[in-house]
Amino acid sequence: MSLEEELTVSMTVNGESITASVPVRQHLVDFLRTELGLTGSHIGCEHGICGACSVRVDGVVVRGCLMLAVQADGCDVVTIEGLTDAGEIADLQANFVERNALQCGYCTPGMLMTAAELLKQGKAMSRDDIRTFLSGNYCRCTGYHAIVDAVEATLQARFA
Amino acid sequence: MTQQMDIKARLTPLDRPNSYVGRALSRLGARRAVAGRATYTDDMSLPRMLHAAFVRSPHAHARILRIDTDAAQRAPGVVRVMTGAEVAKMCTAPWVGTLTCFPGMKSAPQYPMAVDRACWQGEPAAIVLAQTRALAEDAAELVEIEWRPLPAVTEKETALDRSTPVLHPQLGDNLAFRKLIDTGGVDAAFAAADFVIEGTFNFGRHTAVSLEPRAILADYNKPTQLLTIHTSSQVPHMIRTVFARTLGVPEHNVRVVAPDVGGSFGLKIHTFGDEIAATAAAIALGRPVKFIADRIESFISDIHARENRIAARMAVSKAGEIQALEIDVLSGAGAYSQFPRTSVFEANQILNITGGPYKHRHYRGKATVVYLNKVPTSQYRAVGHPIGNSVGEALVDWAAEKTGLDPIQIRRRNVMADDSYPRITAAGIKVADMSHQRCIDVLVERMNYAALRTEQARLREQGIHRGIGIAAFIKGTAPGPKGYYGVGGAPIASQDACTIKLEPGGGIICAVGVTEQGQGVDTVMGQIAASVLGVPIEQVRVISGDTDATPYGGGTYASRATAIGGEAVFQAAHELRSEILSLAGTLLQAPPSALDLLDGHVVDNGSTTSRISLAEIARIGHFQVGELPNSVQPILSVTRRYRLLEDLYIFTNGIHGAYVELDPDTGFIRLLKHWVVEDCGRVINPQLADEQVRGGCVQGLGGALYEHCIYDEEGQLVNASMADYLTPMAAEMPDIEVAHVQTHTSVSELGAKGVGESGTGAAPAVVMNAVNDALRPFGAHVTTQPMTPEVILEALGKV
Amino acid sequence: MKAPRFSYVRPQSLDHVVALLAEHGDDARILAGGQSLMPVLNMRLAQPRLLIDINRIDALNGISLTGGCVRIGALARHAEVMSSPVIAQSLPLIAEAMPHVAHVAVRNRGTFGGSIALADPSAELPACILALEASIVVESVRGRRTIPAADFFRGLYETARSADELLIEVRIPEQRRDRVSVFMELSRRQGDFAIAGLACYARCERGGMSEARLVYFGSEVKPTLARRAMAAVNGNAWSPAVSEAACSALADDLDPIDNTFGRPATKLHLQRVLTRRALAAAMERARVQ
Repeated sequence: MSLEEELTVSMTVNGESITASVPVRQHLVDFLRTELGLTGSHIGCEHGICGACSVRVDGVVVRGCLMLAVQADGCDVVTIEGLTDAGEIADLQANFVERNALQCGYCTPGMLMTAAELLKQGKAMSRDDIRTFLSGNYCRCTGYHAIVDAVEATLQARFA
Repeated sequence: MTQQMDIKARLTPLDRPNSYVGRALSRLGARRAVAGRATYTDDMSLPRMLHAAFVRSPHAHARILRIDTDAAQRAPGVVRVMTGAEVAKMCTAPWVGTLTCFPGMKSAPQYPMAVDRACWQGEPAAIVLAQTRALAEDAAELVEIEWRPLPAVTEKETALDRSTPVLHPQLGDNLAFRKLIDTGGVDAAFAAADFVIEGTFNFGRHTAVSLEPRAILADYNKPTQLLTIHTSSQVPHMIRTVFARTLGVPEHNVRVVAPDVGGSFGLKIHTFGDEIAATAAAIALGRPVKFIADRIESFISDIHARENRIAARMAVSKAGEIQALEIDVLSGAGAYSQFPRTSVFEANQILNITGGPYKHRHYRGKATVVYLNKVPTSQYRAVGHPIGNSVGEALVDWAAEKTGLDPIQIRRRNVMADDSYPRITAAGIKVADMSHQRCIDVLVERMNYAALRTEQARLREQGIHRGIGIAAFIKGTAPGPKGYYGVGGAPIASQDACTIKLEPGGGIICAVGVTEQGQGVDTVMGQIAASVLGVPIEQVRVISGDTDATPYGGGTYASRATAIGGEAVFQAAHELRSEILSLAGTLLQAPPSALDLLDGHVVDNGSTTSRISLAEIARIGHFQVGELPNSVQPILSVTRRYRLLEDLYIFTNGIHGAYVELDPDTGFIRLLKHWVVEDCGRVINPQLADEQVRGGCVQGLGGALYEHCIYDEEGQLVNASMADYLTPMAAEMPDIEVAHVQTHTSVSELGAKGVGESGTGAAPAVVMNAVNDALRPFGAHVTTQPMTPEVILEALGKV
Repeated sequence: MKAPRFSYVRPQSLDHVVALLAEHGDDARILAGGQSLMPVLNMRLAQPRLLIDINRIDALNGISLTGGCVRIGALARHAEVMSSPVIAQSLPLIAEAMPHVAHVAVRNRGTFGGSIALADPSAELPACILALEASIVVESVRGRRTIPAADFFRGLYETARSADELLIEVRIPEQRRDRVSVFMELSRRQGDFAIAGLACYARCERGGMSEARLVYFGSEVKPTLARRAMAAVNGNAWSPAVSEAACSALADDLDPIDNTFGRPATKLHLQRVLTRRALAAAMERARVQ
C-alpha cells in the first residue's frame, strides 16, 4: 500500500544490484537503513553537519541524508558493511580497535568512510591535516585524539 | 561485609598471566562498531511497528485553548493521535521532581505532555502514531491547536522580582530551591584579609548533543500484559521502575533493554515525557511504537544544563594563603524540576566543590535555583563541576597575580596535603585518599612548565600571545545512598550488583547492573572478573543493559560504574572463586588454601601444572553432581551488591594544564596542547581511563569556547540546529596528554574511583585560566563562557 | 525531520528543465548538489511542489579556459573546482577560497552553480566571483542572458535570477598577471559559515595599489563591494595610514548583520582586521611575484 509518490530505482549497493520502489522524498540513508537493512550508516542530524550518515556514492564520500534515494539511481553505493566486507580499510579498522578510536561507535562508520577517502589520497599527512580532513565528522565521545592517532598510524604503515 | 581487607592477599599480582587489572585491552564492542554491526535502538524493528512524531509548543508559555486532532487523525498512514489530556489519563500520577534531600525544594506536577498549558518552547502537546515517521510528521502539521501565549519568564536575574509573573502560581513564586552553607567566620576573614579578589562569572546553557538522539521502542503485549522497552538509556532499571509506576504496569512485568547506546553523557539517565507518551501509545494500541527524537526536537526537549551566574570572592593573605571563599550562585532551571533527579543538583554541586582542593576553613556558599520558561535542566556530564572549578580556579589565578606568586606556586601553598586525609573540606565534604601535591609535581614535569613559561615570554616579545592555564579540581564520583539518591523513595539505586556464574562449559557469565555506552564498562568488568577467577579474558562474557538478565542496579551515572559496579564484580568473583576452590579441594582431596586458579585451571599454589580445569569442575558441578558428597551442593552462581556505607561520594582529584594562543585582534583562541594528571584510584584499563579523560576534556572545551543554547526574550531557542549550536570538531581540538597518580580509595577492596566526568569538570576552568593568562599583558580578563571571540574582544575593549 | 511530500523529476535536457521552470516557477526548486536544499527540506523550512533534479544534464558540467575566460559549469562540484589545475592556474583567488568551503563530503556533491544561485551571505564563492567581475549565464524559455556579478547579488538570498531561469554557468576572466588576489575568512570552526571574510583582487605596483576590488562577505546580507574602502586604497602609495583609511571607510560600506555569531560592531571590527591583513598580504604577494 503506497501512501505517497514512489519511483523505481536501480543501483548497486555494496556490489549487489538492487531494484526498489522508493518514496520520492526518502533520503538515501533512510532507504539504506529501512529498505535494505544496512543499519551501519547512522542518522545524527539530517541537516548535513554531523557526518554520521556518510556513505560512498560513485567513489566519493557524501552526506547520505542530503541525497534522495531516487538520486542514487544508476549509482554505485558503498556503505560501511560493504567497505568492511571488501577489506579495503581492514588495517584502519584494526587500528581503531587497538587504539580505542571509538567509544559509543555511532560516529564511527561515518568517520571511517571519511578516513577511507583520506587514505585514498595515497600519502602521509600531518596530524593537523588529518584533523582538517575529518573536520566534518562530529564525535562526542573520543575528543578526536585517539582517532587522529589511529589514522596517523595507518598512514604511516601504508605510506611511510 | 568488611571493607578493611588485606588487599594484597586477594588481588592477583600483575606478573601473573591472568591479571588484567592495570592492562589496556581492546573492547569487544569496538570490533562490531567499526564494522557497522553495532545495534542501536533505531536499528530495530518489530512487526506492526508505528512511528511517533510530536506536536510541540512553539511558545515558551501558552495556554491551550483548543486542540483538534480530527484532520491529523484522517491523514494518510495515521493510526492514532493522542493529546496531553488523553496521555495524562493513562498515568497513575503526575511527576513531581523533588527529593527530600533538598529540603524546601518545590516543583509543580508535570504530565508527559502539556495538558492545558505549555511551559517551554518544545514541550510536547500531541503525539501522532503513523506508519512512517514522515507520515507522522505530515499529520502533525494538521493538528490544530489554538494557543494563547502567556508572559514568559526568561531571565534568571529577575525571576524572583515581584513584577515577574509566577510560572506555576500554586508554587507562589519562581523559586525552586535555596541552599546555604556557612562555616561561620567568613565576614571576619574578609574584613581582615590583605587582598580580596572578586568577580562575577556567567555560564551559558548547554545541551548534551549525543550523536545518537534519544530513542525508544516500546512494545506492549496486550494478551500477556508484558511491556518490553528497548531504549537508549544509561539506566534501564530506573526506566523500568519509573515507567512501570507512571503507567501503572506492574514493575515485574516490564523489561527494559538498552542496546548499543550512541552517546549519553548524563542526558540518558533522565526520563522524558515524550518517551512516556510513546510508551502510553504502545499500551493503548497494543502495537510497538518507536520514537526517535530528531536533532531539531532534541535541542528543545533534551535536558539542558549549566546556566548559572556566580558572584564570587576570595580572601587571600599577602603570602598567598586562601583564607576565605564566598560564592553566590544563581541557577537558571527550566519549566519543571526534572523527574526524578531534580534540577537543583547542579547548584548543589557547585556549592560542594568550588575551591575544593584547598585548605581554607572559612566558606559561605549560597545557591538560588529559579524556574524559567525554558527546557527543563538536570544532570549533564560533570554536574556543576565545570562551573565551580572555573570560578574557584579563576579566583586562585587572580590571587596569584595579586600576591606575586606563580599559579603553580599558589596552588602548592594551598592544596590539602597528601598526608592529611581523611579530612572535611570547608564545604563540609568528607574527602580521603587524595594526591593534589603529587599531581602538581607530575603536571609540572609533563608540561615542562618552566620551559613553557620561558617560551611564552619570548613569544610575547614577538607579539605572539600565548597563555598557560592551570586548574586543580576535586570530583565527586560514585555516590552512596546516604546523600542524594534513593532518599525519599527516589527510584535511583546507588548500590550495584553483579551475578557471576560458572557455566557448564567452563565459561564465566558476569551479569552487571551498571551499563555500557562505549566507554568500556563491559570490558573493565570482564577484566576484574577474569583477574579474580584466573581465566583468560575470552572465557568471560559480560552481560549488561537488560533488566531481564541482570541484577537490579543503578546503571551508569556520576562516574560510578567501575568504582561501584566493579567492586560488586570483584566481591562476587571472589565468592565464586572460593566456591570453585572449595569444590576443587573436595575433588582433589586438597585444602582449598593450597590451591590457586591460573589460565582457567586449578593449580597448586606456585605451580603451573593443571590439577583440574574449570571446565571439568563446571561439568561435574552442573551435570555429574553425584561425584561430590551429598553434603556438597554446587551453586556456581553468586550475586553480590556493593555500595558506599557512609560517604556521599568517592572524591577524586587531579589537575589540568593548558597552552593556548590568543589572536588579540580577532579574539580567536587556538588550543595548542592540553595536559591532565588524574587520580582516579586504581586504574583497571589505562587506555579506557585515558580516553574517558580525553573525551571529557573536549566536551568541556566545547562548553568553554563554543556551546551555548541562546534564548531570546520571548523564550525562543534561536540556535536550535547543529549549524548554530557549535560543538567541538576535530580541527579545533588539541592533543591531550594524560597521566595518572593512583591513590586507591579505602572504601573498597579494588580501590578504583570514578573517572568518566572529571575531564569535563576541569577543562573549562583550565582553558579560561589560559585565556586570561594570555590576556594578562592587556590588562583584560574574561569571566563569561562560552568565551567567544566577541567576549574576548569586549574584554579587550575593542568592541 | 523528514522532508514533506514533493514531486520529483529528473530531466535529461536543458530544454526540459526550462520548460518545467516556466510551468512551475516558484513552486519548483532546482536540485543540484542538494547540500543547501536538502537541509531546508528536511527541516520543512520550505515545501516546494516539485524538485527538478538537474544532475544528469551534461551541458552543465565542466571547467575550461577559453580565450582568457574560465567557464565553470553550474554542476562543477566543489571538489572538482578544488582540484582543478585550470582553477589553480587561472583563478588563484578561488583556489585559495575552496579549502574554506564546508567539508570533504559536502564538497563532493555541492556545486559551483548551486552556491552562486543560493547566494548565502556567508558563502565564499559569490564574494570571489564578484571580486573577479564574473558573469553569470542563465537560461529560460525566453533564451539565455548574461548577468554581470555586480548586478547579480541583490539581497539576502536574493539574486537577479528569475524563478523560471536556470543558472547554466559562470564565466570568470582569468586573473591577470599584473594582479594579486588574497582570500581571507574568519569562522569559528573549520568549514563553518564565515563570520567575516574578504576577497581581494588588486593591482599592486610601485609601492601602491590600484584597481583594487574588495568584496566583503559573512557579515553582510550579500557579498559587498566596499567602494569607499577601495577609494581610500586605490591610487595611493601604500602605508599603514592607507590601510587605516580603508578600515575607517569600511564603516560606511558595510552594514553588518546582528546574529548569534556577533553584534554588528564585532563584525565590523573583524572585517577591519581582515582588511589590514589582506592588504598587507596583497602587497607582500605582489612583491614576491
